[in-house]
Amino acid sequence: MRLLYFAWVREKAGKGQEEVAPPAEVADVAGLIAWLRSRGGGPADALADLRLVRVAVNQEYVALDHPVGGSDEVAFFPPVTGG
Amino acid sequence: MIRVQQQDFDVAAELAALPAAGGICVFVGTVRDVSDGRPVAAMTLEHYPGMAERELARLEEEAQGRWPLAGVAIVHRYGRLQPGERIVLVAVAAPHRAAAFEACRFLIDRLKTEAPFWKSEETAGGARWVAARREDAAAAERWDS
Repeated sequence: MRLLYFAWVREKAGKGQEEVAPPAEVADVAGLIAWLRSRGGGPADALADLRLVRVAVNQEYVALDHPVGGSDEVAFFPPVTGG
Repeated sequence: MIRVQQQDFDVAAELAALPAAGGICVFVGTVRDVSDGRPVAAMTLEHYPGMAERELARLEEEAQGRWPLAGVAIVHRYGRLQPGERIVLVAVAAPHRAAAFEACRFLIDRLKTEAPFWKSEETAGGARWVAARREDAAAAERWDS
């Protein structure tokens, strides 16, 4: 699974991307976030307050109950501010 | 037509490429020179390559479905820009002005809350990520139906 971080989430995570292999019980976005938090470090800090974070799976916005697994690309980022 | 690019764009050339349908409504966003009372030295736009293009294409498709349009051009830049530089172009060609105005406003309103771009402003106080504005969310929600 490929994780991407953008903007201040990237800065807090201390990296723009990483390859991870979560345990089998991680089935959805909420489970992935819980696992990343338990792992600690920058990504855990970046995902501490989910009110400030948007999630996309395979480049589409999703809710926390969206399934994840295998070779999914999961991105975490703040509310967007383009235009 | 969707493009995400680092380099500047030529507004006249972008408009000339649209169909001569009757009218074109254009919005060009530029880097502001003052933010919260402080002079802005520069702005850096980060984006999510791939998803940015997908979201813009999805918005174009939605606009085409809601209004009778002849053509749409959206160009969004990324990278480090100076005050006054162009950031984004939204141009909508349509047979009649009402559709062109409405679709253009729809596209820029929704682009601001959905397309994955993030602004970081440099002022004398340092660099800071621009926070999402409540007014932008409200403007985008006007188009929910």
